[in-house]
Amino acid sequence: MAAPVAPAQPRTGARAAIPGRTLRTDRWWVSPAISGGVLAAFAVYATWAAFQNSDYFARPYISPLYSPCIASICERARSGAVHGIHVPSIGIFGPWWGISPAILILIFPLGFRITCYYYRKTYYRSFWLSPPACAVAEPHKRYTGETRFPLILQNIHRYFFYAAALFAALNTYDAVVSFRNTRDQWGHMGLGTLVLCANAVMLSLYTVSCHSCRHIIGGRLKHFSKHPIRFKAWGVVSKLNKHHMELAWVSLVVVALADLYVRLVASGTIHDPRFF
Amino acid sequence: MADYEKHAYDVVVIGAGGSGLRAAIAAHEAGARTAVICKSLLGKAHTVMAEGGIAAAMGNLYPDDNWQVHFRDTMRGGKLLNHWRMAELHAKEAPERVWELEQWGALFDRTPDGLISQRDFGGHRYARLAHVGDRTGLEMIRTLQQRTVSLGIDVYMECTVTDLLKDGDRVAGVFAYWRESGRFIVFETPTVILATGGIGKSWKVTSNSWEYTGDGHALALRAGATLVNMEFVQFHPTGMVWPPSVRGLLVTESVRGDGGVLRNSQGRRFMYDYIPDFFKAETSDSEAEGDRWYTDKVNNRRPAELLPRDEVARAINNEIKEGRGSPHGGVFLDIASRRSPEYIKKRLPSMYHQFMELAEVDITKEPMEIGPTCHYVMGGVEVDPDSAASIVTGLYAAGEVAGGMHGSNRLGGNSLSDLLVFGRRAGMHAAEFASGLSSARPQIAAADVEAAAAAALEPFEREGGENAYSIHQSLQQVMQDLVGIIRREPEMQEALATINDLRAKTAHLSVEGHRQYNPGWHLALDLRNMLLVSESVARAALERKESRGGHTRDDYPMTDNDYWGKRNVIVEADRDDHVRVRQQPLPVPPPELAALLEEQH
Amino acid sequence: MAYDLKLRIWRGDASGGELVDYSVPVDEGEVVLDAVHHVQAMASGDLAVRWNCKAGKCGSCSAEVNGRPRLMCLARLSTFPPGEPITITPLRTFPVIRDLVTDVSFNYVKAAQVPAFTPSKDQPQAPFRMQQVDVERSQEFRKCIECFLCQNTCHVIRDHEDNKEAFAGPRSFIRYAELEMHPNDGLDRRRLVQEERGLGMCNITKCCTEVCPESIKITDNAIIPMKERVVDVKYDPVRFLSRRGRTKPG
Repeated sequence: MAAPVAPAQPRTGARAAIPGRTLRTDRWWVSPAISGGVLAAFAVYATWAAFQNSDYFARPYISPLYSPCIASICERARSGAVHGIHVPSIGIFGPWWGISPAILILIFPLGFRITCYYYRKTYYRSFWLSPPACAVAEPHKRYTGETRFPLILQNIHRYFFYAAALFAALNTYDAVVSFRNTRDQWGHMGLGTLVLCANAVMLSLYTVSCHSCRHIIGGRLKHFSKHPIRFKAWGVVSKLNKHHMELAWVSLVVVALADLYVRLVASGTIHDPRFF
Repeated sequence: MADYEKHAYDVVVIGAGGSGLRAAIAAHEAGARTAVICKSLLGKAHTVMAEGGIAAAMGNLYPDDNWQVHFRDTMRGGKLLNHWRMAELHAKEAPERVWELEQWGALFDRTPDGLISQRDFGGHRYARLAHVGDRTGLEMIRTLQQRTVSLGIDVYMECTVTDLLKDGDRVAGVFAYWRESGRFIVFETPTVILATGGIGKSWKVTSNSWEYTGDGHALALRAGATLVNMEFVQFHPTGMVWPPSVRGLLVTESVRGDGGVLRNSQGRRFMYDYIPDFFKAETSDSEAEGDRWYTDKVNNRRPAELLPRDEVARAINNEIKEGRGSPHGGVFLDIASRRSPEYIKKRLPSMYHQFMELAEVDITKEPMEIGPTCHYVMGGVEVDPDSAASIVTGLYAAGEVAGGMHGSNRLGGNSLSDLLVFGRRAGMHAAEFASGLSSARPQIAAADVEAAAAAALEPFEREGGENAYSIHQSLQQVMQDLVGIIRREPEMQEALATINDLRAKTAHLSVEGHRQYNPGWHLALDLRNMLLVSESVARAALERKESRGGHTRDDYPMTDNDYWGKRNVIVEADRDDHVRVRQQPLPVPPPELAALLEEQH
Repeated sequence: MAYDLKLRIWRGDASGGELVDYSVPVDEGEVVLDAVHHVQAMASGDLAVRWNCKAGKCGSCSAEVNGRPRLMCLARLSTFPPGEPITITPLRTFPVIRDLVTDVSFNYVKAAQVPAFTPSKDQPQAPFRMQQVDVERSQEFRKCIECFLCQNTCHVIRDHEDNKEAFAGPRSFIRYAELEMHPNDGLDRRRLVQEERGLGMCNITKCCTEVCPESIKITDNAIIPMKERVVDVKYDPVRFLSRRGRTKPG
């Protein structure tokens, strides 16, 4: 037996022959199952909603999945020619574009979520089972992590963050203009206004609490003491960052609900209750 | 002998705590081929348990602080029985040693000016302890460990030394076994630095880990070195008392340094009833003055809770004995009613977690229950202050295993600085000695190696004897009950008799299993050391017929400055563990240093 | 309050082993390590286990208790379902030496590969001047007690022995982060940690953070910030073009 001198080369002894892929006695599979279920449900709904290509605008509300409205029909909707969109739109590129604008739009917010450090943890655990839970063996023979294509692309999260910040601003704009009524007069508030506001707030908090944001705003500094303002900002983002997981889930659910709400109003299924 | 794994070095350090690693770094930097041997994994040494800080008169918060004040505090804390030269070197060199750690990556808490922050501790005139929250020892060990590794020093982990090998009067090598495999290993070396720490595992209620079996003390005795001050064992006033499984676990003095107070079951701050004349001048006489001291140290004297540890431990012991203790046999340490929860969590994070996790007590809401716990041995190998050399050629000692520096009682915070100052000195001087040897290096005798191997394997030869665990428990009980905080002659005689019995049992104990990672066997070998050291403590304690510092005699309750204040008790032994004690005059400080001790507050 | 506790402890060595049942009397307030000590003292004196401080400060007594990596000295018996046996096994990721003791030298090898703290040229002289806000991030990582539970639980090497060469593990990454964030360190280890220490293999599934007995936010405060710093030098075309990524941020 070689000498355990530190530093030394690791010895190549065998591991303990412990039975089973885990000896955990708790219900370790519950959490990844729930996370996976919710993520899958959102994916199904978002795909369906994105391909609907209708019922995403009900003056003054627009679905966050379709914002900014790049379809030319929105121009007409904005000018008051129509009050809701429940026909396939004509794309920005001209009449030949027949695909839903949501497909183009969603690249950015979805890309942000897919490369998000928190969601990565969740889907690696729930879908890839890598690992399914701590101290539970994963089923894969080989593992290279995020060192190769395509997963090395996770490193571009920062660019999606910049885009997501823009989208958070657009969603905030949508929430602000939802205080106008169907005749563009300020002073309106319906249930839809609240829904869009909730969406804008949650989306902004989720975006700002992102790890990339935390790095850019101050985390990358070596001397906080030389940058007091960025240090303060880093402190605020760090506080939010602790709740990144909660914000990720809440903002995800809210964005789906917001789309659903606009869809129900636009299709005439329900009527938007007005507060004033 | 050819069967054994063999290595040759210039300097072999036994122990990888603060002093051992600091010594190894110094020896390596002086050009010596250096090895460190430790019983545990690297970085697990008992130094990690040190919480409060490193005492060094840097004067970052109080510019009036300097080495002279630190020297005076140390000597007075030790009731003037310290070796003056060690206290002087320690006070002078500690700041340099702390700054050096920073150069190696340590991150101490800072003052608003960006300097190292310093905290208050018992017996220190000024806030003096460089610290990192309450995990200073961890910071120190990690810094030294990382330095050691980056220098490429060889570390033999989980390796236990059972014998020092000699060539005539000189150190020639060490004999050890791998804990992992049980195989033997021989180091040829002209110098050995003992840095093995303390002896606390011979007591039942102790803050010390299993490693503290007095190996270095015992190795030194058998090699012909002398021990000094062995009667002085520090019982830290604040150890946990409940639940039973953590009884003795340390509660840092920082709790009091940061505002915590001691109360008995009647709610009284009883420490104000126990201020001895010796410390009257520098201790507040009212709770109000003590409370003001935390913010204004110039115009107020320190609270009675921050008296040296021996005073506080005795006071607590007395309160409990007289029936004013807490439900689980301690007293109350209260910081919850005196500081905000945020402050407590920031300053004492590990204490907060320790009580939360192990006792389900929230120290920001309720008081802790604490009682004295065996913590530190002031006594150790008698060394030359400047070089840390023992009387055996080639044998050095630093840190807790060395004696003299702390006299009869150690101040909190002086331990970590002691490790650094004398660890470095030991390393430097051992390296220098080794480099001067040229070709005349001592040789190991094959017969000595065979004898050491046979002795180590003895427990396997027998069957049906008692097991090591039960003998260990008996020893702990005896030392706790009969050679504890308060001592009496008949009890110590009884203890000596019991130790003798236990030694006979140890000679016949047997271990089950084989040599590979066998804790029962390891303990059997450690027991021999524990018994030798326990006897040394008991004999030295019998010899000193007065009460002073960490040695309180019920039958001689007074401090006798005229006779015992001028004498050390020296312990010697032969290779068969026969212990003798004798008295020896205490070194007298030169007039300019003596004058510092006279000066009143 | 003493009662009999049933334990199942893995006994064996590299050549094989099995779970062995024990029953020992335990007391109120005791932890799993106490129970293991009772087994040693009463039933099996040669049961191998590593431990030192028994206070959660040294990180020696790491094992897997009911399948979860944790320190035995901090695992209170009262937190387990009464009546059910407690299963104790050695760390799975490292080679076993005997019983509950494993060969953790992997971690020491990785530690030796870290380029040590190197004072920056701006402030080479002692004593340093450093602000509290500048040292606090690194101080969090220096709380590490090197129990290696994070290394043990990390699936990158736990489930893939062949990754041990390429992957330094969470304990190493917080050391790199500590040095990167040290206000007075003058080296740049960002490319090294990505290209040679396997930072990219981490898929941030956070098990290291879950098991850390010191509650160090390994993933959020060390690994992710390190990944972001690596993006600064390796994956950020804007910085790459402007060459700013090669200089260290202020």
